[in-house]
Amino acid sequence: MARAVTTQHKTIATAAAWIVALLIFFPILYTIITSFKSEQEAIQGFALIPSGTTESYAEVQAQSGYFKFFLNSVILSVGSTILALLVAVPAAWSMAFSPSKRTKDILMWMLSTKMMPAVAVLFPIYLIFRDTGLLDSRIGLTVMLMLINLPIVVWMLYTYFREIPGEILEAARMDGASLWNEIIYVLTPMAVPGIASTMLLNIILAWNEAFWTIRLTTTNAAPLTAFISSFSSPQGLFWAKLSAASTLAIAPILIMGWFSQKQLVRGLTFGAVK
Amino acid sequence: MATQQTRSLARFMMAPSVILLFVWMIVPLAFTLWFSFQQYNPLNPIRDGFVGFSNYRLFYDNPAFFAAILNTLTIVLAVLLITIIGGILLALLLDQPIWGQGVVRILVISPFFVMPPVAALVWKNMIMHPQYGVFADIARFFGTQPIDWFGQHPLTAVIIIVAWQWLPFATLILLTSLQSLDGEQKEAAEMDGAGFISRFIYLTLPHMSRAITVVILIQTIFLLSIYAEILVTTNGGPGYASTNLPFLVYQKALLEFKIGQASAGGVIAVILANIVAFFAMRAVGKNLDK
Repeated sequence: MARAVTTQHKTIATAAAWIVALLIFFPILYTIITSFKSEQEAIQGFALIPSGTTESYAEVQAQSGYFKFFLNSVILSVGSTILALLVAVPAAWSMAFSPSKRTKDILMWMLSTKMMPAVAVLFPIYLIFRDTGLLDSRIGLTVMLMLINLPIVVWMLYTYFREIPGEILEAARMDGASLWNEIIYVLTPMAVPGIASTMLLNIILAWNEAFWTIRLTTTNAAPLTAFISSFSSPQGLFWAKLSAASTLAIAPILIMGWFSQKQLVRGLTFGAVK
Repeated sequence: MATQQTRSLARFMMAPSVILLFVWMIVPLAFTLWFSFQQYNPLNPIRDGFVGFSNYRLFYDNPAFFAAILNTLTIVLAVLLITIIGGILLALLLDQPIWGQGVVRILVISPFFVMPPVAALVWKNMIMHPQYGVFADIARFFGTQPIDWFGQHPLTAVIIIVAWQWLPFATLILLTSLQSLDGEQKEAAEMDGAGFISRFIYLTLPHMSRAITVVILIQTIFLLSIYAEILVTTNGGPGYASTNLPFLVYQKALLEFKIGQASAGGVIAVILANIVAFFAMRAVGKNLDK
């Protein structure tokens, strides 16, 4: 009896969950489907089965050189993440292992810099970039993205490092491990998962950043966010091409995102929700 | 415990992050504040100079200003409302035993990873387009007139798109929180004869309060500065119907070259963000102490 109720309950819950999930996913799914249609097909009304042509993909690459933008996205997101880690790892490390009275205040202050609306400093940054020749340069934008995400990187690393028990260091020291051995054999293995998670989440955030990447680039350093924005004024039939370009822009990070659900929750809630 | 040496080492390790963030915060902001009291037009440098508060006056007298403030707050509040309520409902649903939970989770979380311009363009052209969009197909199927979303309900359209992007985030965090709820407590409440509603109000909701606070804080940070979604869909229009504060500042600065006014708008945006942040940070700080 109880079992029958449970099965029935599970069936209903499953059906409801799948319907809602598919509705939420639908815009992405339909974009992927449309990317395999021809332009004529794409405007002929609702259809879930495409003819399977890949002409839109070829055209997107031929017309606008998708690959260059893709490469910029990779360089900017990975570059800014590595740069942020180089600066943030020591900071988070010292905050986690030798905290002072002010550690929490410093952390809160760092977070509060994220609250500053980007537009408020758009023009000064624009001027600084223009006068230093950093406009439309990968270096300038990499530094920019690094600064934007630095508070989150410090926070995230801090919540991971804080969980490494300090006693283990003392134990290693008692066993006569040198500082160097301590770092290599004790600390690194325990810190690497946290650093990797932080890296993953930060690459996603940097990849999708869509204010500075659009405003501070024109052609050279333009990543996929700027590439896609160029589709905002439609020219003729472009539904299939837009779909192909969109699919290409989101596919790498979508797949990365699927693997980072747990880190995402932890990282973006500053360890408050695990 | 901590010796003088380790303490100075700690300071040394923290210095790069702190200095970088400090410079990054203070230098551009000082510029903005300075420009907000200047007449400065790169196209007409003759009339440059100190003008007191007149930029703030001009910004204030601009009919777009109040529209922009109102639109900014409307977007933040509407999206928060949709994503929190929707997120709680979805989290409750996904917390049930279901077949294929892993796949369902992946489907639900996906929109969060879609970059803003793609999300906006996909909704604009594939879903909400009055002629070729899926909504138009559905309307025609039922024999009604398709809605011209971006012409007639531009702000609603932007809100729908932004809510779609952030619903997964709220759901994922609330679900994580829900799953950490002690099973024994739930069972005990059930044994005591507490129904689903009272269990939800007295047990589940208080348990999720911390997660809800965090969701509100994070989303508010991002929602106050919605930009790309407006740029690629409505461009702020028709009129100022979907212009928010960031978009208005962008228009003044980079399209009209009214740097003084744009900077005044920027300063106002900072003040607005600080008011919101003050409350949000207090809530988070309190929660992190637990």
